[in-house]
Amino acid sequence: MKRFRTSAVIAILVLIGSAAMAFGQAGTSLLGAGATFPAPLYTKMFDVYASETGVKVNYQGIGSSGGLKNVMDRVVDFGGSDSFVKDADFAKYPAAIVHIPATVGAVVMVYNLPGSPSLRLTGDIISDIYLGNITKWNDSAIKAVNPGIALPGTPIMPVYRSDGSGTTFNFTAYLSSVSTEWKSKVGNANSVSWPIGQGAAQNSGVAGVVKQTQGSIGYVELAYANQNNLTVATLKNASGNWIQPSTESISAAASIKMPKDTRIVLANTASPQGYPISSLTWIVVYQDQSYGGRSREQAKALVNLLWWMIHDGQKYAAPLDYAPLPQSAVKDAEDIIENITYGGQKLR
Amino acid sequence: MNDRRYFRILSGAALVILLLFAAILLTLVVDSLPTMQAYGLSFLTGRQWNPVTQEFGALPFLVGTLLTSFVALLLSLPLSLSVGIVMGEYLRSPFLSKAMSVFINLLASIPSVVYGLWGMTTVVPLVQKLEIAAGFPPYGVGILSAALVLAIMIIPYMASLTSEVMKRVPDSIKDGALALGATRQEMVTGISLPYIRSGIAAGVLLSLGRALGETMAVTMLIGNATRMPNSIFSLGNTLASVVASQFNEAESDLHRSAMMALALILFLVSFLTNLIGRKIVGKSEAANV
Repeated sequence: MKRFRTSAVIAILVLIGSAAMAFGQAGTSLLGAGATFPAPLYTKMFDVYASETGVKVNYQGIGSSGGLKNVMDRVVDFGGSDSFVKDADFAKYPAAIVHIPATVGAVVMVYNLPGSPSLRLTGDIISDIYLGNITKWNDSAIKAVNPGIALPGTPIMPVYRSDGSGTTFNFTAYLSSVSTEWKSKVGNANSVSWPIGQGAAQNSGVAGVVKQTQGSIGYVELAYANQNNLTVATLKNASGNWIQPSTESISAAASIKMPKDTRIVLANTASPQGYPISSLTWIVVYQDQSYGGRSREQAKALVNLLWWMIHDGQKYAAPLDYAPLPQSAVKDAEDIIENITYGGQKLR
Repeated sequence: MNDRRYFRILSGAALVILLLFAAILLTLVVDSLPTMQAYGLSFLTGRQWNPVTQEFGALPFLVGTLLTSFVALLLSLPLSLSVGIVMGEYLRSPFLSKAMSVFINLLASIPSVVYGLWGMTTVVPLVQKLEIAAGFPPYGVGILSAALVLAIMIIPYMASLTSEVMKRVPDSIKDGALALGATRQEMVTGISLPYIRSGIAAGVLLSLGRALGETMAVTMLIGNATRMPNSIFSLGNTLASVVASQFNEAESDLHRSAMMALALILFLVSFLTNLIGRKIVGKSEAANV
């Protein structure tokens, strides 16, 4: 018995030792947390990055708010967020933060109608549906933009995200930009007080309900519409063009003159071929990386990773239904990354 | 190990439980303070839950919680009482009674996400048909679907308690009833049921406690609307389901605190129903000894 105990202790010590050694060998590793929307893309990017450079990056998809909270508490190297930090909230952070755009996403309208006709919708129609002003599929407003399509006289059942989400933020930002009634009655936030409709958890929940319920309409990220084979509506953009969501039209939406810090809502941009409900997703880091005992190597590794993500990393976007950053946005991101410092000294 | 040390270790573990309880309560109270300061008691009567305008009122969720729980209770009561009576009175073979109680307890051990999935694939389509027939928008999910599945989830609590107290009815008074010419049915309804009424009340309270706090299945089935429900076909939210769906991504501190306040209400209500339920059980046990 005694001998068994001793050998067990030795075995455990050896295990701990070898684990510690494996950890030591891994060298630099970076930790990030935040938005779930870009998580599949980041996972792919970081996997490639680890095999190319040996730098391990661990990203936890805990949601945008959680990611920003972790940045605030300085427990991660970077946060991921689908919505940018508002001016008023900057004071909550112990030091200056910067936003680096990582990819462009889009919210698409999916619906379930017999025969799966491809529909055209405008911002006014969508906001009227979600306000409860348009209640039947054969409403004259929908008929007017879809000549020749037989629409049933059944009730429209709107589906929304029950959890707070960047997807809801971008969708309601779009509705607020096209409809004054929406702006005054409901507004724009991560979660809002929906006048009508059914809530479902996560993109997958909304996609699931739409797939299961005839007469329903919902909004999801592009990838979820494609994975679930849902019919996607063509939308009218600010220039009056009918645009189908695709990685090209979504990238195009971001190809505009952006503010220097890239904090912009891409709803209804002036880009003529841009899809109107597009959005950026950001990596959020501290402007000065010398904090909490971080080494210069750690800071340097983070900056290198960010640089790689906005250049080489972009080619992994389209296959996963994310839109790559347009050239103009990459330029803006370069400027921001070049100005990240360590103790006041630039890292690039 | 000597006795004293053994006792210290044990009582230490017991103390941890008490401390945990106090710590949870304290967290809830402290974190919901901003809400209490902002709204006071009007938090309970507020009909708006709007993260955009930062207005938070709990009434839609209080109504949603009470509606789903009491409808579930009404639906499950006849069924679980019958099961309890059969198990406690009619199944005299120990094997059958045992087998039955194993099944009933299995019902209690099914994870609630499984109930939720079953509800989505089976109950929701049925309710959709009903809604089409009744002229409501056929969402399928809503108060009714949640209550139907809850009703099944709470059967085990009610049924096993009923059968337990049923078995404790003294043979002397049952024999007395039969000797006076009562049929078995008359004996059950006239003697046994009145005799165990406090046990039944305790069962009702315990299953109510379960229904009030049930989260996963209800969140999946209730439709997650923060509006005031106005019929049994309405979509809604319970205290538990709104916290489950919105807490993770609550943006503002007030939103987060309002959800803590909802959790505090739920904590207190469940605690009280359980406490009263257990008290009644204790009393009826003492009386029957």
